[in-house]
Amino acid sequence: MSSTTMNSTHPLIEVDHLAVRFTTPNGGVVEAVRDVSFALHRGKTLGIVGESGSGKSQTALAMMGLLPPNGAVTGVARYDGRDLLTLKPAELNRIRGDRVAMIFQDPMTALNPFLTIERQMTEVLQLHRKLSRKQAFEQAVAMCEAVRIADARRRIKMYPHEFSGGMLQRVMIAMALLCEPDVLIADEPTTALDVTVQAQIIELLRDLQRDLGTAIILITHDMGVVASLCDDVMVMYGGRTMEYGSAAQVFSQPAHPYTIGLLDALPHLDDDGDAPLRAIAGNPPSGGAAVLGCAFAPRCAVAEERCASLRPELLTFDDADGSQRRRACHLPIVELPGLRTGNRVGEAV
Amino acid sequence: MALSSSEAQLGDAVAAPISTHLDPYGDSPARHAWRRFAQNRAALVSCVILALIILACFVGPWLLPYGFDDTDWLSISLPPGFANMHWFGTDELGRDVLVRTLIGGRISLEVGLLGTTLTVAIGVAWGATAGYAGGKIDAAMMRVVDMMYAIPYMLIAILMMTLFGRAFYLVVLTISLFSWIDMARVVRGQTLMLKKREFIDAARATGVPAARIVWRHIVPNLLGVVIIYATVTVPGIILTESVLSFLGLGVQEPMTSWGVLIADGTSKMEVRPWLLAFPGLLLIATLYCTNYIGDALRDAFDPKVQ
Repeated sequence: MSSTTMNSTHPLIEVDHLAVRFTTPNGGVVEAVRDVSFALHRGKTLGIVGESGSGKSQTALAMMGLLPPNGAVTGVARYDGRDLLTLKPAELNRIRGDRVAMIFQDPMTALNPFLTIERQMTEVLQLHRKLSRKQAFEQAVAMCEAVRIADARRRIKMYPHEFSGGMLQRVMIAMALLCEPDVLIADEPTTALDVTVQAQIIELLRDLQRDLGTAIILITHDMGVVASLCDDVMVMYGGRTMEYGSAAQVFSQPAHPYTIGLLDALPHLDDDGDAPLRAIAGNPPSGGAAVLGCAFAPRCAVAEERCASLRPELLTFDDADGSQRRRACHLPIVELPGLRTGNRVGEAV
Repeated sequence: MALSSSEAQLGDAVAAPISTHLDPYGDSPARHAWRRFAQNRAALVSCVILALIILACFVGPWLLPYGFDDTDWLSISLPPGFANMHWFGTDELGRDVLVRTLIGGRISLEVGLLGTTLTVAIGVAWGATAGYAGGKIDAAMMRVVDMMYAIPYMLIAILMMTLFGRAFYLVVLTISLFSWIDMARVVRGQTLMLKKREFIDAARATGVPAARIVWRHIVPNLLGVVIIYATVTVPGIILTESVLSFLGLGVQEPMTSWGVLIADGTSKMEVRPWLLAFPGLLLIATLYCTNYIGDALRDAFDPKVQ
């Protein structure tokens, strides 16, 4: 079923003008996501990057219908041609967990402490595949083995607190992949884990994607993870898309000052150990304040006068490899200062 | 499925940091819970005592030579003793206190058990539904609870007794009708807290329908609170029954319950203390046992307590 039609004309996931706004108890409105659009083809990986509060997670939660009651979503999020945002709960439940699955940031809190791993995994199969408990059990064990949990048959009967964080994230991944979904949304899957375990989880995701042909939306603030896993990358800031294009091209030729800042903030092995870490000055904006111009302008090193008052459109241009790139910046690319100096990540792609 | 190929490739893959934590028992969660329960000495002893009390209440009266309403003019107000064959003594009508205490225990235990079961069932269902649904449904359901608080339960009790006559199940029903509202509030509060936890989002993300989330994911997590609350509900219900009986709305003479016996004994405790002592001791023993058992159950079903 997972025939990886590389250039299928019809994207598996199509998000158009998605916006998420929250009403606060005192009547205020927080715009977490403002007009985000992207597409994902079968078997491909899209990385969504940005600092905390840039709207990455809210984009994913909105797609999955998981916004809290005070959150409202507008726009379109199509899976296989069907708008997830307007589906009835029962129809949405048939897709969630079956065709579109999600991995959460912290595996320690995303599993029910009162149910064994087995009960939580078999539930998915019993719901979507109508398997018997026994069949579901066998399949759950097989999936746990596939994500390299040793002695899965016995360990699957344990409770979440009896596992380590890395093992739990494997369980989460196994759970998400049980029904062999077409799309896997991974919301910062490695943030809560040790660095060594992070690498294993990323490798695991890559292997599983190769074997099962799952399309992945990877939400992260780790540019290294994006570089090693993603085909496309979307950089978000203040709830808006700043830059969106093929990962290889964005890394080698970043066309937005924010992307450049993110890439530049990565430490390098050949850096002087005593040199201070490069950070983007200032703090991310809160979603409450209305932004007239470019959201990044207050922190942008090369911002001009118009940046603060006039919002740059998200314009498309052709990249060197023929892929499409979108960016929202007033400055011509050639005028962006040579900030890409230490960009080894791009070379590693 | 592409799994077979992935397995082959993954076989010799990275040696993941696999903890060799061994499941100490290697059996089902229910067995697990039982083992942990059995480790609690106080709870085991409580189980035995409670079982003995129940057995005595339901079998004992048959083995005794007296009926619970047999009056004996020759042995009025006898103090407890082995010689006179009235081990718990007799009351002012010459009725054997032992047999009356046991018969009263039947009523009290049944009321306590059935009432608590009903209270827990209604309270958990109502509270968890309201809490999980949230919004208008929650507001409406909790206003019903508020209204229940405003209605004096005695009024409803009197109304029910006059309308449907005096019956055991009506007593239980009336008590449960009012005791579930506390349970519902406690459960709702817990549910509000639980539904913000990430694993509920995770369950929603895997397509679990709302009703199933409440039943499978919320309710097990409520277990601790519910059991603790249920163990304090048992004495509450037994005592409420005695109040109703005292006012002539519950069980009627010559039938009796612990509540009735205690109420009766209290007024005579200065002259005939045994009338209060025996039913009182049995009630206290029962309440202690249910509390210990409840405590142990909560620990046993919480997987994090080892």
